[in-house]
Amino acid sequence: MRHLMNPLDFSVEELDRLFDLAGRIEADPAKYAHACEGKKLATCFYEPSTRTRLSFEAAMLNLGGQVLGFSDAASSSASKGESVSDTIRIVSCYADICAMRHPKEGAPMVAAERSGIPVINAGDGGHQHPTQTLTDLLTIRSLKGKLGGFTIGLCGDLKFGRTVHSLINALIRYPDIRFIFISPPELKVPDYITDMLTEKNIPYEEVIRLEDCMPELDLLYMTRVQRERFFNEEDYVRLKDFYILDKAKLSAAREDMLILHPLPRVNEISVEVDDDPRAVYFKQAQYGVYVRMALILTLLGIEE
Amino acid sequence: MLNVGKIEEGFVLDHIKAGKSLEIYHHLKLDKLDCTVAIIKNARSNKIGKKDILKVECDINTLNLDILAFIDHNITVNVIKDGEIVDKKELVLPREIHNVIRCKNPRCITSIEQELPHIFVLADEEKEIYRCKYCEEKAGNSSTW
Repeated sequence: MRHLMNPLDFSVEELDRLFDLAGRIEADPAKYAHACEGKKLATCFYEPSTRTRLSFEAAMLNLGGQVLGFSDAASSSASKGESVSDTIRIVSCYADICAMRHPKEGAPMVAAERSGIPVINAGDGGHQHPTQTLTDLLTIRSLKGKLGGFTIGLCGDLKFGRTVHSLINALIRYPDIRFIFISPPELKVPDYITDMLTEKNIPYEEVIRLEDCMPELDLLYMTRVQRERFFNEEDYVRLKDFYILDKAKLSAAREDMLILHPLPRVNEISVEVDDDPRAVYFKQAQYGVYVRMALILTLLGIEE
Repeated sequence: MLNVGKIEEGFVLDHIKAGKSLEIYHHLKLDKLDCTVAIIKNARSNKIGKKDILKVECDINTLNLDILAFIDHNITVNVIKDGEIVDKKELVLPREIHNVIRCKNPRCITSIEQELPHIFVLADEEKEIYRCKYCEEKAGNSSTW
């Protein structure tokens, strides 16, 4: 039985197969509308999340399956003190596959060890969020036609941004990728990542201003500067508007550059950018559903 | 000069960093074994100045010494049979360590899940880095139980 805990759990070849399946789903969704009939997805969300939970539920419903679950710890037996190990043993009796989000890091792995059904990590604290990374990779692959051979700019909170770290680790498995890290010094990408890139001879640059590198980028991955990552409000207010993408900054970008964002956006991308054809962050959410559909089919062994 | 007699069968763990012998005694669970154990502290050493030594009289197949490599791979392990040194064991870093290091990450599931073992996995053999199996937090020097 396979689980998904970390974006690197799947080899590059396995990811190719997963993305091919997602592509077939996108091309002919009706063909898959009954693929999971009679199957149930349990969404065990110990902390609130709108997009991820709805994306999983939409994925299962699109496949003709059904969903059950809870959307915060207060409405689950965790509020009575039940352990993750016990909960997953019970959920295994009710459902065929489980997507779990938990504020504690490693909780989905504990679930996977005790589970009788496949478990998907739907985000565990600041640790991993593999389906976001798969979504990012599928979006790039579908819209650029390839993974590899590009310069990607990652902008915003690169210190605490879980999605950024996972994406970097996933992308270094593909050839000819150059990273440009765009962040204030306070939110620089951690040393262990730049050390790892140096060790693997993967080119990267660190710049302070978005304008400094815009014309070089094939992809721009924007992230939110999260209030909860700061110890004091003053630092948050000082930094949050540092890297706002607007039409003026975008005018220096290539015509075929793509703008991605894991969402939710606060104000780091001006709404005037939304209608630009290069802005693909809402399409990205659609690819998130396709990749979760492909993942459910793969983990249930229905289709590879 | 203190003299401790020879053992017939067991291990002599030599060149233990001074002061570490009791920690090793607990990690090897020697308190659970019904055998003779000599703990020698602060013995003189030409090699490291001061050292601890542990002498354990037991069946040589009963002890799992993997954990020693994690604690200090400079420890010399002499295997004794019929009162003579028959082997000097090479210490190899264990792939996984159970309940020896405690995960210090307050956001880790090990901090709340009932009776969940603290498991650390060898992530980088060259740099001797262990990471928590669940949250991947690096093991610090002061995180042993």
